[in-house]
Amino acid sequence: MTDRSTTSPASDLESLSFEEALTELESVVTRLERGDVALEESIALYERGARLRAHCQKKLDEAEERVNRITLGEGGEPKGTVPFDAG
Amino acid sequence: MTLLDDEPQTGANVPEWRVSDLAQAIRRTLEGGFSFVRVRGEVGRVTRASSGHLYFDLKDANAVLSAVSWKGQAARLTARPEEGQEVVAIGRLTTFPPQSRYQMVVEDVIPAGAGALMAQLEARRRKLAAEGLFDVARKRPIPFLPRVIGVVTSPQGAVIRDILHRLRDRFPREVLVWPVAVQGTTCAPEVAAAVRGFNALAPGGRIPRPDLIIVARGGGSIEDLWGFNDEAVVRAVAESAIPVISAVGHETDTTLIDHAADLRAPTPTAAAELAVPVRAELAERIAGHGGRLHRGLRLALRQRQQRLGDLGRALPRGEAILGAAGQRLDLLAQRLPAALRRAVAKGRVRLGEARVGPAILRRALHDGRRRLEEADRALQPAAERNGADAARRLAVLSGRFDLAAGRWTVGRTERLAALAPRLGIAARRQIALSRTSFGRVGNSLMPGLVRTLLERRAARLDALARLNETLSHRATLARGFALVRSGDRVVTSAATAARESLLEIEFADGRLSVVPRGQAPRRREATSPGQGSLL
Repeated sequence: MTDRSTTSPASDLESLSFEEALTELESVVTRLERGDVALEESIALYERGARLRAHCQKKLDEAEERVNRITLGEGGEPKGTVPFDAG
Repeated sequence: MTLLDDEPQTGANVPEWRVSDLAQAIRRTLEGGFSFVRVRGEVGRVTRASSGHLYFDLKDANAVLSAVSWKGQAARLTARPEEGQEVVAIGRLTTFPPQSRYQMVVEDVIPAGAGALMAQLEARRRKLAAEGLFDVARKRPIPFLPRVIGVVTSPQGAVIRDILHRLRDRFPREVLVWPVAVQGTTCAPEVAAAVRGFNALAPGGRIPRPDLIIVARGGGSIEDLWGFNDEAVVRAVAESAIPVISAVGHETDTTLIDHAADLRAPTPTAAAELAVPVRAELAERIAGHGGRLHRGLRLALRQRQQRLGDLGRALPRGEAILGAAGQRLDLLAQRLPAALRRAVAKGRVRLGEARVGPAILRRALHDGRRRLEEADRALQPAAERNGADAARRLAVLSGRFDLAAGRWTVGRTERLAALAPRLGIAARRQIALSRTSFGRVGNSLMPGLVRTLLERRAARLDALARLNETLSHRATLARGFALVRSGDRVVTSAATAARESLLEIEFADGRLSVVPRGQAPRRREATSPGQGSLL
């Protein structure tokens, strides 16, 4: 329970990148599996792990292909984007 | 010429050359003077004959040299001659008499331009490396899962298609293509501008700012790839705040942008692979973690449950803890009255012997009571300690434990309380009894009484002694009487004296032994001396 990662409130999950969430999830799983944590902590770890997993899953579900092409102005500066078709 | 000099005027005597002989002579001269030459020039028209021989021209602004590489040699050339290429050809000169031509038989062709470019490239690489642009410490980590990927490449061709295809397969992402020329003079400035342009995009702006850039181009000659060796491109990539993956040319081609990039991919497809993880694998991994979470918690709970069960079984029941002590107390309680009775009996005997007082009994009683109290006291903390342990380890059992312990203690205390007065009464009765009997015996043995009795007897004895003295024959002897004895016996008759051989006569002042004269007459004879002597 002294570990920052396990005490962080649920709200800060949103700011975690996929990799951060995955790394923390792995450490949570490893600690839980080691079995040398107090029962109360085990439950807290489980809850944290479940939230991390949901967060990771959400990030995975956001996988969506969107390909655009930059349009350039006369000075070569980007003006905007148009859908790109590689043909 | 000498022939002409010798015979300048006519020349009619100059021997005639046959064409073939002259051709032979020229060949010998040419081959002798140019048996090994290196010729630098641009490759002109190239013809590969069906025979396998390779014909091409070497040229510069003012001259053309025909060159041939024979079939066997042509396959082993360092560089295959291509029109417009600057090369250095190595070989010898010879002639071709049928056409009045001279030509070069080429042993090897080395690309002259590439060598020059390579030298230039190496010099630039050293300079930029000295500036630290290629330092490993400058490399930024590639994001694990980029949100937006910027691709700097030609919008046409296989490269962008390969990249998009591979990204779609692995993890579909948002992609921004920044179109550039990938060869020619505009290539370098456009690529540099694209890398800088992506970096200049404001985060959260209208155009999403990539968190990863891929600079890609397909394979080509060193000249084709030259734009990616441009110093401006190298600096733009080195300065990019957004991590850059370079994928220029084929795996064997190395351009300076590769040195400056944060990660070098051998091909555009490989760049896409390095850019994103495989979504399906991640989904599997996360699902696996979810399963491990469940199992981990279940295991943690099961371990606790099992441990609780083990401890519960190992924990003796409250009755069992108190049972032995209770049994011992019961035993002691049973033995105590008997022990007390024995102690009282012993005390009574000793009292009877007049050696002990009732203090012994009192002490025995007191000892017995004290041992009872100690046993009670010893039992109480033990019960409490056991109760506390049990309470700590198992709250549920603790209640039962305390209850049992309390119930037990109360029961025993009550029994003790009931027993103690009864023992006191019995003991007091015994003491009273003993005291009475003691008093009786003691009174009869009072020392005053004994003394009185002894004095009385002594007085009586004195009186008798005096009487005896009074009645003694000595006084008679003093008055003139004598006592006749025979040995120890007193002879009181003459007849008796007559039968004795020796008589002793006791006078008041001493004894005298006499022998009776003759046989004693009859009673008279015997009596007379006897009487006579006696009286």
